[in-house]
Amino acid sequence: MAAPTTLPSALADATRDESSLRRFLHGLPGVDQVGVEQRAAGLGTRSIKKASKLHAIDLAISMVDLTTLEGADTHGKVRSLAAKAKRPDPDRPDVPKVAAVCVYPDMVKTAADDLVGTGINVASVATAFPSGRSTMDIKLADTRFAVEQGASEVDMVIDRGAFLSGRYGQVFEEIVKIKEACGDAHLKVILETGELVTYDNVRRASWLALLAGGDFIKTSTGKVQPAATLPVTHVMLQAVRDWKDQTGELRGVKPAGGIRTTKDAIKYLVAVHEVAGPEWLDPNLFRFGASTLLNDLLMQRRTQLDGHYSGPDYVTVD
Amino acid sequence: MSDRITVAKTYKLYIGGKFPRSESGRSYPVTDAKGTFLANAAQGSRKDARDAVSAARKAFAGWSGTTAYNRGQVLYRVAEVLEGRREQFIAEVATSEGVPAKKAQSLVDTAIDRWVWYAGWTDKIAAVLGSSNPVAGPYFSFSTPEPTGVVAVLAPQQSSLLGLISVIAPVIASGNTCVVITSQDRPLPAITLSEVLATSDVPGGVVNIITGRTAEIAPWLASHGDVNALDLTGAPESIRADLERSAAGTVKRVLRNKPSEDFTVTPDMSRLRAFLETKTVWHPMGV
Repeated sequence: MAAPTTLPSALADATRDESSLRRFLHGLPGVDQVGVEQRAAGLGTRSIKKASKLHAIDLAISMVDLTTLEGADTHGKVRSLAAKAKRPDPDRPDVPKVAAVCVYPDMVKTAADDLVGTGINVASVATAFPSGRSTMDIKLADTRFAVEQGASEVDMVIDRGAFLSGRYGQVFEEIVKIKEACGDAHLKVILETGELVTYDNVRRASWLALLAGGDFIKTSTGKVQPAATLPVTHVMLQAVRDWKDQTGELRGVKPAGGIRTTKDAIKYLVAVHEVAGPEWLDPNLFRFGASTLLNDLLMQRRTQLDGHYSGPDYVTVD
Repeated sequence: MSDRITVAKTYKLYIGGKFPRSESGRSYPVTDAKGTFLANAAQGSRKDARDAVSAARKAFAGWSGTTAYNRGQVLYRVAEVLEGRREQFIAEVATSEGVPAKKAQSLVDTAIDRWVWYAGWTDKIAAVLGSSNPVAGPYFSFSTPEPTGVVAVLAPQQSSLLGLISVIAPVIASGNTCVVITSQDRPLPAITLSEVLATSDVPGGVVNIITGRTAEIAPWLASHGDVNALDLTGAPESIRADLERSAAGTVKRVLRNKPSEDFTVTPDMSRLRAFLETKTVWHPMGV
């Protein structure tokens, strides 16, 4: 096993072999379940109004990974999604662009061609998304294909079966290899927290992914319930904050799935600010994996600016 | 033996088939015609109105997609439950409007009859208002009435049950969903009606009932981008023109009936017709 970057000695030791990795992960402090849920609920009651709300909405729009991951996806649908990513609200050119468009590997080229020169990234899920149940060769081929097609970000899933049965070394190895296969593309590691059961496991998986070189840790595929929740995101934000304290590196967090309203999104932004820190309020370090959220953000933005409630007739259907 | 202490009531709103408290946490005392305290009612806010509109929008596809016959059956069922609550309605109308029991009884009976009258219309609207149009070409051309969408209804301030039913029934009979702001000072029959609707077969969200100050909530509904029509019947005179102006901003249909409307006379189709759109389809004539 090899650490992907030069790490402080304590962390470098952790990645020396499987047993030190296990010792390190199991040595992480346990998560106080009641405490973290209470803290998440408490931060969720913050009232963000007027100008701050408008600012939060624009920031949230610029953090959206506009996603379509359906079996029924077509090239046409991906193209219309790309158009929406560039100009989310065609009536209002001042609405920021979204951060990225997230699609399956075979749709990457379509999205990439449409987004050339816009600064919008193309993210592709890979590694036998969403279950991650396949051989390493296939996962690597999947990743290489996505990158060749033009993906600048790769969203991989970890092997939850291996993780839950304690084969941390295998999961670590996988992430390292996929990271190599990504080349220059950013790697987001999907932990699928809905299947990890406990917050302790979420913390361990987060550290595992960070140690193995994941640029982002992402909550969920969106295919499993529960998907992203505030307390889980709290635990992951703590992990990236601690990572920065120990290594000086900034890594990102991406909650995905189940965030549908502006109110939810703003709760997440509050959590980012309070748990990780203001420097994470940046599309390079925090993303929302979402499809319906964008329309709600746009409607709320209109409501703020027009002084009356807007409706779904005024935003595009996707 | 001591006198029994009556259960003091603090009613809630009726939104999306549920009975939530007002988001604002406010409530206001409701009195009878002489000023004696009757109960507390929730004082709805603009955010309650917004939630009600989302609920109505969500319910629209299902309700407008139901067959007209089925809608009629659902409304007949409501009439059955109304009949079962007759005594309660009579008592509430009598105290709210300050009318003698006999008069209240006749108002409640007329109200239930009015509901049945509109229930009977559901599967006849298309036959009466639709048409097969003669055209100069090898085409069939049909015009069919379709519901407008989400209707904001400002219920009459005086007629607390008969007036209320006379404005709600035509809106939902044709397949619209609605958000109703009740009579401000006489909301009790409307609250009981929401309990009737919740325990009959009307899907949640088809009728949403908000108690509170009409002048406070109505402007938010009039300007709301997702409301398709506005019934001004119970609007205070002072804000009518403003409401019409805001409604024009999002091109709503506006029904401008006056609050002085006499609800005891059997109505015509005008309230049914007010919230319908006409869809015309051209179809090539086959061989």
